[in-house]
Amino acid sequence: MSDVLVEVSFSVNGAPYDLEVPARRLLSDVLRHDLLLTGTHVGCEHGVCGACTVLLDGAPVRACLIFAVSLDGSAITTTEGCRAPDGGMGPVQRAFHECHALQCGFCTPGFVTTVTDYLRHHPAPSREEAREAIAGNLCRCTGYQNIVAAVQRAAELVEGERP
Amino acid sequence: MTTKLFGERVPRVEDARLVTGNGRFLDDLGHDALEAAFVRSPHAHARILDIDVSDALDVDGLVAIYTYEDLDGRAGEHLPLLIPHPTLTHGRTQHALAAEEVNHVGEAIAMVVATSRYVAEDAAARIRVEYDFLPAVIGVEAAREAADLVHEDVPGNVAAHMVQQTGDADAAIDAAAHVLELDLEIERSASMPLEGKGVLARWDADDESLLVHTSTQTSTSVRQAIAAKLGLPVDRVEVVTPDVGGGFGVKIVHPWPEELLVPWAAIRLGRPVKWTEDRREHFVSSAHERGQLHHVRVGYDDDGVLAGLSVRFWHDNGAYIPYGLIVPIITSTQLLGPYKPGVYRVEFDSLYTNTVIVTPYRGAGRPQGCFVMERVMDAIAAERGLDRTVVRRRNFIAPDEMPYDQGLVFQDGRPLVYDSGDFPASLDKLKELVGWDDFTAYRDRARAQGRTVGIGLACYVEGTGVGPYEGGHLRVETDGTVVVSTGLTSQGQGHQTMLAQIVADELGVPFERVRVTTGDTRRFKYAVGTFASRTAVMSGSAVALTARRVREKALAIAAQALEVDATDLEVVDGHVQVKGSPSSQIDLGAVAVLSNPLRYAFDEAAARATQFAAPADPDRPPIEAGERPGLEGTEYYSPPRSTFANGMHAVVVETDADTAEIKVLRYCVVHDCGTLINPMIVEGQIHGGVAQGVGGALYERMEYAPDGQLLNASFMDFLMPYATEVPEIEIDHLVTPSPLNPLGVKGAGEAGVIPGAAAIASAIEDAEGITITRMPISPSELFELRRARKDSA
Repeated sequence: MSDVLVEVSFSVNGAPYDLEVPARRLLSDVLRHDLLLTGTHVGCEHGVCGACTVLLDGAPVRACLIFAVSLDGSAITTTEGCRAPDGGMGPVQRAFHECHALQCGFCTPGFVTTVTDYLRHHPAPSREEAREAIAGNLCRCTGYQNIVAAVQRAAELVEGERP
Repeated sequence: MTTKLFGERVPRVEDARLVTGNGRFLDDLGHDALEAAFVRSPHAHARILDIDVSDALDVDGLVAIYTYEDLDGRAGEHLPLLIPHPTLTHGRTQHALAAEEVNHVGEAIAMVVATSRYVAEDAAARIRVEYDFLPAVIGVEAAREAADLVHEDVPGNVAAHMVQQTGDADAAIDAAAHVLELDLEIERSASMPLEGKGVLARWDADDESLLVHTSTQTSTSVRQAIAAKLGLPVDRVEVVTPDVGGGFGVKIVHPWPEELLVPWAAIRLGRPVKWTEDRREHFVSSAHERGQLHHVRVGYDDDGVLAGLSVRFWHDNGAYIPYGLIVPIITSTQLLGPYKPGVYRVEFDSLYTNTVIVTPYRGAGRPQGCFVMERVMDAIAAERGLDRTVVRRRNFIAPDEMPYDQGLVFQDGRPLVYDSGDFPASLDKLKELVGWDDFTAYRDRARAQGRTVGIGLACYVEGTGVGPYEGGHLRVETDGTVVVSTGLTSQGQGHQTMLAQIVADELGVPFERVRVTTGDTRRFKYAVGTFASRTAVMSGSAVALTARRVREKALAIAAQALEVDATDLEVVDGHVQVKGSPSSQIDLGAVAVLSNPLRYAFDEAAARATQFAAPADPDRPPIEAGERPGLEGTEYYSPPRSTFANGMHAVVVETDADTAEIKVLRYCVVHDCGTLINPMIVEGQIHGGVAQGVGGALYERMEYAPDGQLLNASFMDFLMPYATEVPEIEIDHLVTPSPLNPLGVKGAGEAGVIPGAAAIASAIEDAEGITITRMPISPSELFELRRARKDSA
């Protein structure tokens, strides 16, 4: 008994990959263990906690609920892809740092991708809207208050980076 | 002068790697390792008759299957009972793999090692275990009744029975003007860090050494345990804690079965082996906490002042008791909070059940104790017709009574003596912050709008900074970098930042030059661990003392180099300079070069320390007696006893008339953890604690079926708060420095969670006029309480 490998091609953070993976292999495992992009974390493996959230063609999805073979031709963005061009902190990441919006940092990559997408559609969220924006991700450390602040701070930083 | 960092909101040095995806958590390591999966019991209580692995053997990629019979030497022993106590007369611990009997759903029976986790789980699913079922003992009542036994050699399911008293409480209560009795209950929750446990072990056969990475709160003690149980010399074992995705108590327990089995398999197989806990495994095979039943008798006078307090409670310790009696001991002592109880008596039984083990979860028995005491305060206020803050104030220990001896023995075996605190001042601040005296008007306005609101409060005292000790090592490198290590571990608290702040100030160097390592036994071998809100107190004090020692050494060496008296020198911004004459200076990196007299120059800096580089006193040894080469030092901090932080929370809730939904409108915190090192980090700790307090009050509980199945072992069904369930938290600080340590600090890690259930119960009771005796409380439970009141009216 051995897994049949399936060919699949997609891009992660702009880099193209041609892979052969077992049909049952989760996107989260491919990202973490095959491509060694370990920024995407797995907190529950049933789609609830949101730590594994990545952007699939721009929209947030749970990488632990998607088979990698189903993504042929897709573009995936992880928290590594939300960095600044120089590899330092991107605007959302910097906002989390400035607002002390992370403690252990395990859930943070899923928040970073979620907020990155949210701000594209809601460039100036109110505090209430910011809270709603992150209401699909679990954090056990921060009590969310500083994450809410970071969403608003990220909106300012993203706005400031617009040409 | 170097900018002082102690007390400042210094942004965290940990963040950049964590937000960009460069953190290194356990499962981010060891991509070359074999992976393990476990066959775990699906039954709460059963005898194992047979384990049949034959179907699993042809799974492609399978490397090994191990059961109890394979565990040789001390690996097959029971796991250690970490904290023995004279009253723990029937302590039982599990085997790393079940020997003959399983005692809870989730107990490990077989370990499968394969080329990937997928394959390991394939093989595990093909292993058939035959059981002889035994009756399951679930819940405190069933354990207490003892119709069935968890362990057949433990009568009554009683692991321990303990009594502490300060006099004849029953006589004091009987003689009091008024007496009340209450039955109070708190249900199980769990630490539930977003990252579960995980272990990676590498055996170097050539070097005969073992390197283990584990997501733990105590790497030094895991090291000792692995060496002991696997029969290795301790200096052949190193344990490293990588980034840890939250702990909250559950990762202080050790060695977990997997922390022995993974290294054991790595040695046997001669290949790296890794295990990463999945969420269901975490629910059914890590630890829970909080489940306790309490019966209280209290006597008091016309003014509501306590004459005597007698508490009898029953603690559910789960199937085994590796962590001893810490949780119920803390409940029984910290229950007293900021109050003088009159004569106090407390008695508890710690009971076995066929459920997951119970070990400290943030707060560690205090939320239960706080709930009991604060319910008593509210009950007295209601009975006397007094304001709830008035009754509390009348029973407070006064500031001039500090240090205050409660006459009990605390969890560290030391007297329960509060070192400092100003409870009346804290209460004044809280009343001001929440607007306590204006609430009646607010309630009337809300009522006019058809809304039901209530206000509640709860006070606590928290013993923090528990001993026995922690240490710090500091070395100034020749490039001026300051490397610091302490043995305890980090799980997201920002220790690297907080400890660097202390070192930068004490040594006189720029913050950016300080690099802190925690939880790596290669760097620091003597430590206890991270628990009981102890890092700032213990390791903070230790690194401060270390920095002071190294600073003295730097001054002595620089004095010789600059040919001045050491007392005329100061360290500023990484330079040793003559006071008042800063142009006469020497960089600390250069001092580090000079601290190590050399024969060989490997670079330009080192050349300065060689024998012909500078004139030296020919009659003195290059290193004076009692001195050591290197600009470095190691110091330890070991306090006589714990330091006591305290705080008070006030909550405003609104309850829905139709759905009985409970919404927290405001959450106010007054917090006294002594001197603040980094207020941003302290407030973050409070926020996180409050969120867990709200979860424990309104949402989180472990739903065990009578047969011992955990019905809600997933994040779909175990309701942890999302952002929409946690209120904005308003914080005010009171600072009463601890007299016990050089920094005046007290612990802050657990504080936020402690009074949550108590304060929210108080507010719901106030809103509804219904006595609340059980937490957590769901809308349907509140609905039933309303219906019961209606039926009885």
